[in-house]
Formats: sequence, C-alpha cells, structure tokens
Amino acid sequence: MKAHVYVVSKQSVLDPQGQAIGNALRKLGHAEVAEVRQGKYFILTLSDALSTSAAHAEVERIASGVLTNPVIEEFSFRLEEPSR
Amino acid sequence: MKFGVLQFPGSNCDQDTAHVLSAVARQPVVMLWHASPSLEGVDAVLIPGGFAYGDYLRTGAIARFSPVMASVCRFAAEGGPVLGICNGFQILCESGLLPGALLRNAGLRYVCRQVHLRVETADSLFTHLLAEGQVLRLPVGHMEGNYFCDEATLTMLERDRRVVFRYCSPAGEVTTASNPNGSLANVAGVLNAGRNVLGMMPHPDRSSEELLGSADGFGIFQSLVQALSAVGRT
Amino acid sequence: MAQPSRPEAPQPTTITPALLKQHSITPDEYAGIEAALGRVPSLTELGIYSVMWSEHCSYKSSRVHLRRLPTKSERVVQGPGENAGIIDVGDGWACAFKIESHNHPSYIEPFQGAATGVGGILRDIFTMNARPLAVMDSLRFGPLSMDANTGPGVSDAVLRRNHAVLEGVVSGISHYGNCFGVPNLGGETRFEPCYSGNPLVNAFALGLVRRDEIFYAKATGVGNPVIYVGAKTGRDGIHGATMASEEFTEGAEQKRPNVQVGDPFLEKLLLEGCLEAMATGAVLGIQDMGAAGLTCSTCEMGARGGVGIEIELDRIPQRATGMNSYEIMLSESQERMLLVAERGREQEVLEVFAKWGLDAVVAGSVLEEPRMRVRHGGVLVADIPNQSLTDDAPLYHRPVGEWKAPVPLDPPAWVREELAKPRDYTEDLKQLLASANICSKRWVYEQYDSMVQTNTVQGPGGEAGVMRIKGTGTPGHERGLAMALAGNSRWCFVDPRLCAMHAVAEAARKVACTGATPVAATNCLNFGNPEKPEILRQLSDAIDGIAEACTVLGTPITGGNVSLYNETRGEGIYPTPVLGIVGVLEDASKAVPSHFQRRGDTILLLRLIGGSTAEELLRELGSSSYAQLAFGTLWGVPPRLDIHEEKQLIECLARLAGAKLLTSVIDVGSGGLAVALARAAFGRGIGAAVTLEAPAPHVPWPDVCRVFAEDATQIVATCAPDHAAAAMDIAAGYGLIQAVQLGTTGGEVLSVSIGDRLVISARLEELDRIWSGSLEDMLAASPVVAEVMA
Repeated sequence: MKAHVYVVSKQSVLDPQGQAIGNALRKLGHAEVAEVRQGKYFILTLSDALSTSAAHAEVERIASGVLTNPVIEEFSFRLEEPSR
Repeated sequence: MKFGVLQFPGSNCDQDTAHVLSAVARQPVVMLWHASPSLEGVDAVLIPGGFAYGDYLRTGAIARFSPVMASVCRFAAEGGPVLGICNGFQILCESGLLPGALLRNAGLRYVCRQVHLRVETADSLFTHLLAEGQVLRLPVGHMEGNYFCDEATLTMLERDRRVVFRYCSPAGEVTTASNPNGSLANVAGVLNAGRNVLGMMPHPDRSSEELLGSADGFGIFQSLVQALSAVGRT
Repeated sequence: MAQPSRPEAPQPTTITPALLKQHSITPDEYAGIEAALGRVPSLTELGIYSVMWSEHCSYKSSRVHLRRLPTKSERVVQGPGENAGIIDVGDGWACAFKIESHNHPSYIEPFQGAATGVGGILRDIFTMNARPLAVMDSLRFGPLSMDANTGPGVSDAVLRRNHAVLEGVVSGISHYGNCFGVPNLGGETRFEPCYSGNPLVNAFALGLVRRDEIFYAKATGVGNPVIYVGAKTGRDGIHGATMASEEFTEGAEQKRPNVQVGDPFLEKLLLEGCLEAMATGAVLGIQDMGAAGLTCSTCEMGARGGVGIEIELDRIPQRATGMNSYEIMLSESQERMLLVAERGREQEVLEVFAKWGLDAVVAGSVLEEPRMRVRHGGVLVADIPNQSLTDDAPLYHRPVGEWKAPVPLDPPAWVREELAKPRDYTEDLKQLLASANICSKRWVYEQYDSMVQTNTVQGPGGEAGVMRIKGTGTPGHERGLAMALAGNSRWCFVDPRLCAMHAVAEAARKVACTGATPVAATNCLNFGNPEKPEILRQLSDAIDGIAEACTVLGTPITGGNVSLYNETRGEGIYPTPVLGIVGVLEDASKAVPSHFQRRGDTILLLRLIGGSTAEELLRELGSSSYAQLAFGTLWGVPPRLDIHEEKQLIECLARLAGAKLLTSVIDVGSGGLAVALARAAFGRGIGAAVTLEAPAPHVPWPDVCRVFAEDATQIVATCAPDHAAAAMDIAAGYGLIQAVQLGTTGGEVLSVSIGDRLVISARLEELDRIWSGSLEDMLAASPVVAEVMA
C-alpha cells in the first residue's frame, strides 16, 4: 500500500517561495496565475499486510508527528490500495 | 564546570563552538554524540550549527528525535542552561523547547554576512554581561532563519521580554533593511519561559576572536561562563 | 555454473566499428587494446578502456605539453599525479590543494553539475587525510544583459538560459559547500558571450594535513582487503554514448538520465568517517571514486603500488537493481571511496564507518600480479594489466598550428576619433562599475558560507582569501594561508602565452596584496578541441606562459586539470587558463585588508618605473574592460608584463606588510586605477581624493589610459601619513618599483584629478549603489522560475 502525503505551509504563514514563483510566472506571461503555494510531496510505501484503517492511523501519526511542523505546516494524504 | 557540545551527523559548527569554549574561554568541553542519551554530567549544553541529518525534511526535524535530545529536554526542564546556535535554534524550536519556527529566508537564498544585533534584555544567563540596547556585530549563515510565530506567542514573548536579540542597523535602529531573513519583528534570538534556554540564528562562535573580524559574540559565552561559575561557588 | 576448462578469460564481445565509435575508441587505439590483452576484450573491458583512455582521464592530447610545467620546489611534498598536490606550509603542517573543472555537467544540469564539482574536489583533498579548510570557484557564464559586448544574435532566450545556468551553478555550489561545512572564499565570476553555450565551473579546494600523516592513493600488501565505502552505486553518470550498445536493449529501464546527483550530507559523513578510519592506523591507501568511478580507483591504486586489485561486484552496495558489470564499473555515483586496509584489521575500519552510518564492505583484495581483475557473481568480467590503462594509455603529439593574432593590432579609425573627443569619465566609471565583470559579486558569495570552521581572516569580496591555521603560532597570531584565483580570457583570446603569464602574475599579486608570500600554484586549463591545430597552439602557448611565470615566481604547479573540447556547435570558448596561487603568511594578524580602513590615510600607487609609449598604451587599451564597454570591439595586445618586475612588487609587498606599514592594498585590475580606487573605497564607505601628475604634453590619449588602463604590476596601498616616507623608502629599495603619493582617504566623494583638471568626481554612495546593485538588476530583468524552486 502506498500513502501519498502532501505538506504545504499554512494559509496564515507567508510562503515566499510560492510568491516568487507566482511573480515569475506572471512576468513570463502567465497572467492567469492568481496564487502559487509550494509544498512537499512524500510517497510512503507501506507493508501490504497493513489494513486500510491501520494504515490510515499510521500515516496520520507520521504526517503530523514527523513530516510536518504544526507551527507552520498542514498536511493531507490519500492511500493507494495495492493493485492485485 | 563542564560544557557539552552536541554532535549530530551533519553538525559542522560543533568544533567551532568547542573551540571558543576551550581555546578562547579556557573551559573544559566534552562532545556529546547524538546516539547516546548521556550528557556526561555537563553544566551547560550547546547545540551547534550545521545540517543535522542533512535537514532534508525540515531543519531540525529529525534531530529532535535523537536519544541525546530527550536528555537535553529533561536537562532544560530542570533549569540547565542550553544555547542553540543557528541549526541549534531550529532544533530547539522543533523540539518544543522554544516557541515558533524558522522559515526559509524571505530572500529565498542562503545568506552569509555580518549583521548587527541589538541586545533587548540583559536578564538571562547568556546576556547579563551585555548592556540592554548595546549593538553587537555578528555573522549569520543560514537558509532558514526567518523566525515565525503566531500573534499570541509574539505578544507573550514581548511581554515577558523573551526576545533577546533583534536585527538592527549599526546605529541600533530596528529596520526592515537590517533584517537579513524576514524574521517577524526582527527577532534574532529568543528565550524559553525559564530563561535558561536561548536559541539564536547569528553565530557568536564565529565572532569571538578579533582575528576573525569581530569578538562581539564572546560576551555571550563569557556571560554563560560567569553565571555558571557563580553558581559553582554558592 | 560450469567451470571453464581453459584458463579463465572474460567473454569477448563482438567488435564493430559502431561499437568502437560509441566508445570514442579509434581503430588504432583498439589495436592497442587487443595487443595489451592478447585477446578480444569483453564489453566491460572495452568500457573500462574507453573511460581510462578518454581525454579526461588520460590527458592524451595535453600530457606532452604539461611536462613543460615546473613542479618542484623545497616546499613541494607531492606534485602532479596524486589526487591533489601537497606543499609544506611550516610548523609541521602541509596543505593539499587543487582546482578542477566541472564544465560540461554544469551546463547539462547546473545545480547538480556544480554541486558534484565541489563534492569531487573536496574528496580529492580529504582522501589525502587533509581536512578541507577552504574552497573557491572560478566561474564563466554567457552575458545576462544586452550591452556593447554582448554582440549580435544574443536572444532573450539565451540571456534567460545564462541566467538560469548562473542561478543553478551558484546554488549548487552553495548547497554542497554549506552543508558539507567548508568555507567558500569566493573567487571570480566573469561573463563573455563565448560562454553562453559552454559555461565554466572550476572548483578549487585546499585542506590541511600534518606533514607526517599524509595518505596516498596506493595499494600495498598482497592479500590485504580492499574496502568500498560511501554511497551505493547507481547508474549515474554512465556516459551517454556508451549506453546504446547492443547489450543494453533490455528495455527503456536502461535509458536513465546520466546526471550525477550529489549528497553533501553523505559527503560530510564520509569525510568524518575516512579521517577517523585513517587515524586508526589500519588504512594503508585510499582513493576517491570520481570520474570513471570504480574503474579508475581500482587500476590507479594498483598501478601506483605496483600490485593488482581483484574485486567482486556482487559485494558492491547497489542502488539500482539488475546492474551489469559494465554499469557498475563505469558508474560515476558520487560520495564513494576505495581503500586498502591492513589484513586482520578490516573490522576496526568497518566499525568506524558504521559509527558514521556509512555503507562499507570488503569488496576485494590486493593481488601480486599488477592487474585489475573484476568478477561479477564469480564470473571473471575484466582482467587487464594496470599499466595498459594508466602509464601506457595513448599519448598524442597532435599538430600544433601557427599562432595568428585574431584581432588587429591597432584600433579602428572610428575608435581613434572617439578617443580624441572629450569624454565624461565619471559617467564612464559608473558604466564600468555597473558592468557584469566589474560589479559586486555579493549576490554570488553571500550565498556561500564563508565563515564556518572559524578560520576565515579575510573572506570573499577582497583580493584574496586568508585563513588561519589553528594551533600554530600564538592565539590571535596563528600562521596563515592566502589564496586567489585569476584568469582573463579576453586577453587569452588575444595572446594566450602572455595572458597565461598574466593569470599567474595576477593571482600571485592578489595573494601578495595580503602580505603573504606566494609559494605554489594549481591550474585549470579550459580550452576547445585539441584536434584543431590552432586550439592546441593556444593550449601549448598558455602552458609555456604558465611555465615561465611560475618558474620565475617560485610557484610550481602541484596539480590541476585540463578540460578540452569546450565547444558548442563548433564554436570554441576563449582559451581560459585559470590559475590558483597559495601563499604563506607567518602571522595571520598581519594580513593586509583590501579596502580603505581609516580616513586620513595616505594613498600610494606602487608601479613600475618607466612605462609604455603612447602607441603601446593605445594597443594595450584594446582588450581592456573600458574598450569593451565603450566601443564593443577588440584590438591590440594585453598589457605588457615582465614577470621579474612582478616578482619585485610581490617581494616588496611582503616586506611592507611584515613591517606593518600598510593599512590596505588593492590590485589594479579590470577597469584600471579608477575602479581599483572605487572598490577600495566601498568596503567601509571611505572616499578618496586623488591627483595624478599631469602628463607629458606629447602623449595623445593620456587621460583614458591613466584612469582606466589595466597595466599589470600595479597596486594601490594606504598607510598612516607618518608611515608614508618609510613605505616609499622600502619600495625604492626595489630597483624596478616606484611608489607615488596619490592623495588621501576620507570624505564622501571619490575624486580623481590629472594635474589641476578634475576628471572624475562622484558621491561614493551613488557609485556604491550602482556597483552593489548591478548584478541583481540584471537578474531581475530576465526572470527564471528555476531560481526559486531549488
């Protein structure tokens, strides 16, 4: 089973990278870009023996405890069932 | 009296910090390896700069889980002095020993240069030999030194005078132009509530000898040494 | 598996012209391979020969010329031929240093290309048991903005690409060096249109080792274990051309990008692990795996020790699955080392690496026969005499063409007319200060950690980097090392031999500006295709120039690197020899800064007695920054240089610094005297008022040459007013040098008068703003997204 974890900075926290990319995109003629936020994307490959609910709980723990700093970041994730 | 300098894989200012303490301040120093929980009976802990574990996830994010950090947290809770410099400051924030977090510099790039700092409080183990309002010249060298915390935290830090240093102009004015990384309220260093844990982005280890262009940072080490020897005598 | 009944030999491959072409092996070279082996090679063996006999590893076109370089002196402990050169710097210390190019990879993938360039040169240093003390870089890029020099045909897309390359290279260098923890003392960054399709990234590193604790890349002791340590081997860096051979048709899987990716964190662990392993006494020899990876380290370590090495590829830690022997042997994965340990003590070594979290395995052993023997899954896949890969590699005496000056000796008539008109030199100075080659490179070097390790006495932004050596001398007065890089390729295009001498002289002068005595050199020779006789002529002439200058200055070449084939679509770069000079300072506290330190100091110009005629001056102006900017055309010859005179200036500077008479010294370089004064003034925001003597009436174009000519052997110094007489006395003791009082530091204006005519006057603040902000302004004008995604 794979878990896809997305981490981005909180909306209340300044994201200078995202801003700079947004500005550059607009300067390059992509005027329709209103906002860019940059984040991180992790792919965790978990043991197939794990049940979906157990995987859910485990990924939640990893994402909140390690992959993000709750002061500045938030996360979301989705699980991908192994194809059989 | 004995000082302990933490060593993580990727620490690269560990020897610099040990050098100031042993060769300049003439104090006994032991290196404390990340994988061992023992603090070897030290009287103060220094968390040096560098890139602990490569900092690939977030600066300081993995270091906080090391065996030695669990001991440092206990040591700090008992009032033991802890000084985190640069990456050490980031580790202290990630560990929850200090409030807030350090974001990527507003300029997005690593920045290494001399900056000026205004001493905001002399009421700490680390600054009692300095004067409030005094301007120090110290270097910074970091990619993530942009201090951030929520409004309530900042209000509390200001109220309790826990902001120890602010980036300022050579004349001591706190201005946007003198802020090298976009830090909130120009914060360069903060204390914990017990005032025994200090984290700061600028490097006193790199400014403790005239030969290297500035000895302004040495007052911080001197303050700590003197505070500890006073404790030792009583 | 069936045992071979006959003596074991690797399975021969089918040799076709196409296969040889893919491996860049000529039919003659192939005949040499068969002769050396006495049979048809296996594919793995063919790959091994192709990398070891490549220009990059064998120096087959340049070796005959490189022999003319001086390589010895009393200080030289190790000359060319090892991972780095080593010199004795006193007090029981030696320093290992070298400069190396990473040009091509930095164009393909600027960030990783530059990063792995830094990683490679650092390993060359610490493999000799020297802890890296400092790095510097010499960088060349295409232009970032349109100006008179950019020339026609430079599109916005090219400017943007140049910008992206600059961004990538600088952040790659910054990322790798900062994380590793070695201070970067800057270096030089220049822009010319010829580098648009072929940027240059030359990385210099210097490390310290105790004189009696140096390690060499030599295998010894038959039966001793050979240990592999560091990153796992992946398919990185396997030469693209060799990927397409018939045995690589298993699927798209094989077509991986061959960009090497660096991991500075791992390199830092490798450094600590290797130094600690060497300290156990159980390590006998060690070499890093750089270009040609496992192949190069295996055969070179064997060859140096007069023994052989056998390795089993199954034991090599691998990152990708299903790698064949060809791929494993040719991989250029980064952050790997091969070492020979004492039999019975391998466990000690492995434990040290385990402490640092490094993969380490015993991968083979030392053989008595001087051969490189490689097995994969027990099957012999390569069995080659070392000698045939190293000393017996091809050596070419390629034709050397006739030198023909590429530009006219005298300026075009319209330039003469322009020069005769009155000009606003203050405006010209502003333009020079804003030009890419002269403006402040703070944007570059502030991204580098220049202070880690707490040894940096003078960091970037000055003439040379100065480091102290901890534990020597007395506290605050430790022994120091100064280092500088130089190379003016525009001059080299005009006259390679003279330019190469200038490169040596300029780097040595910059080192001498700090008060240090230059003692040794390293060079990086970046040239075009050596199969073209005119290109080889450039290389040959440049080597002659370096040889002469280094001999006279007593700075032997202890190592370096040659980078050829720097061409894009047949368009070669300017010939670009880059020189690195290292100097010794007995007391680092006596290091002289580059910038004015105090108001009211006397300003001195130290230069040669006598000078050029008006016609000579005009010719020498033709390749100056001024001519490039004002007229956008090249003519003439580089400034004259007598290396014996340069030696006098260098000795004079050391003497003045030793006597603590000078408060600052700056080299008169690009942009001439006016720019030198401005740069000296910017450091601490201290202005200056300077008066040059009125010219002789018969000199037709005097003013412009006085303020903007780039004469060699010339520096601006300052001293306390009551030291001026003593300083001038000392200078007078050097028969060829004279010291002239120019004026006084102070005020908020920079002014230059010639006689009673004021020719330049501007507020320092305004000049500083132009100089400091120019590079960022250029970058802001051509935005790229890549810059913020790193």
